[in-house]
Amino acid sequence: MTADATSEQIQRERPQPLPSRNSAFYWEAAEEGRFVGQRCSGCKAFRHPPRPMCPICLSVEWEAVPLSGRGTVYAWMLPVHPRMPMFEYPLVCVLVDLEEGIRIFSNLYECESADIRTGMPVEVFFVPTRGDKQIPVFRPVLGDA
Amino acid sequence: MTASKAVIAGIGQTEFSKNSGRSELQLTCEAIQLACEDAGLAPSQIDGMSTFTIDNNEDVDIVRSMGIENLRFSSRAPHGGGGSMGTIAHAMAAVEAGLSSHFICYRAMNERSEARFGIAHMEPNSNMAGSGTGFLEWSMPYGAMTPAAWTGIQAQRYMEKYGIRNEDFAPVSVQIRQNAATNPLAWFYEKPITTEEHQSSRWIVEPIFRLLDCCQESDGGVAILVTSEERARDLRQTPARISHATQAVPFETETVTNFYHEDLSVFDSGVKCAEELYGRTGLGPQDIQVGMLYDHFTIAVFWHLEAMGFCKPGEAAAFVKDGHLAPDGSIPLSPNGGLIGEAYIHGMNLVTEAVRQIRGTATNQIEDVENVLLSAGMSGAILSRC
Repeated sequence: MTADATSEQIQRERPQPLPSRNSAFYWEAAEEGRFVGQRCSGCKAFRHPPRPMCPICLSVEWEAVPLSGRGTVYAWMLPVHPRMPMFEYPLVCVLVDLEEGIRIFSNLYECESADIRTGMPVEVFFVPTRGDKQIPVFRPVLGDA
Repeated sequence: MTASKAVIAGIGQTEFSKNSGRSELQLTCEAIQLACEDAGLAPSQIDGMSTFTIDNNEDVDIVRSMGIENLRFSSRAPHGGGGSMGTIAHAMAAVEAGLSSHFICYRAMNERSEARFGIAHMEPNSNMAGSGTGFLEWSMPYGAMTPAAWTGIQAQRYMEKYGIRNEDFAPVSVQIRQNAATNPLAWFYEKPITTEEHQSSRWIVEPIFRLLDCCQESDGGVAILVTSEERARDLRQTPARISHATQAVPFETETVTNFYHEDLSVFDSGVKCAEELYGRTGLGPQDIQVGMLYDHFTIAVFWHLEAMGFCKPGEAAAFVKDGHLAPDGSIPLSPNGGLIGEAYIHGMNLVTEAVRQIRGTATNQIEDVENVLLSAGMSGAILSRC
């Protein structure tokens, strides 16, 4: 079975993000279809999930920087029970290690569950949620090694 | 080697069920009363108290319910069940510093009949402050809404690295259900399982956890009474020494949604607990006779075994298959049946069993117990004979 991200009706039932004061920039960018990460203005280190202070140089100055949207699958699983009506199954959850050196939790689409491999290259795209929001999800990069 | 002077002098627990039929506060008070009775102490003399985040029972309600004269010290350890042994660390610190003379650690919940952990967590206010997890914001929009899902994705990394399959977890589940089968206080008393039953139970998180890899959801209450060794001499029971207790929050660690540290196949907080517990006591894995290892999911037992040095990284599957967790094995696992077989009182029913094993009064008593390890991941303790 292939998890298909094109079933608009169900996708629009997906719970919308619940931004915090520290993370609002991330979700607001996603809402506009932009994939951004938090980078320290001082030492230029990326960090995720967003936090107000850089753990390396302790700077509170940071910027939202466009991310390449490319990474590799670090870990994956399929939640089976309990099923929730606002999601389509099979549902693939992944941790993606992004090129910028941060790891994010997301979903993987357009991939048979039997074909999922850790280390496989993936790229970002966006799916709708409740409240006319969008969030970043991933699909395999075809023909890439 | 600094042996603590704090001891556990009383233990109390209600029955463990799927529907207690009374409030969580009542379960709390009953468990505390039983711990005081066990010790031979009037509840009015309690002057210190700790539970952990997610518990719904407030100190002021307990003070008013039980006629406590004055609470001099009160705390909540963070990190939910992973931090459950933090209550013992707080108790030890408070008793040794003279901030409390008679200190209660408690946890009571109607976790099956009221707010189940195993259902989808969707409410913005559920389990947020103090639980140390980013599950809601970063996992919920992606359909990961249960402890099994959050733990499962970490487990996949471990399984991938060491070539582990779900059937490798079966020996843990079978052993711990065997222990519960001979414990009349366990929910799964007289209900052992086979490897085949484990393997035919339904998937919860594929291809990681089946139903029989998951702990129970339970109603019940547990309390322990901590005091000084000196005061314990005037009380009823032979005390169990808290050789040491600790908490651990390594850099980049979250509770449950522990997705971000470099190598998820390593149980980083357990490693830090082991360094602190063994370093402070001079004890090592060879000195431990019973392992009360937080078994919310079977793989957690693998993680504890490796972090605490009972076997090397990646060797847990072969180690458990070889029978090391059996009552006559090198490190007997939770003789009461643990969280999978006895009940899930968020880790605290592991403490009461640890004390019984030290006293020599457990139903499934292990021979010649000197030291028991309590390991909950983000907290741990070693209890010893005085």
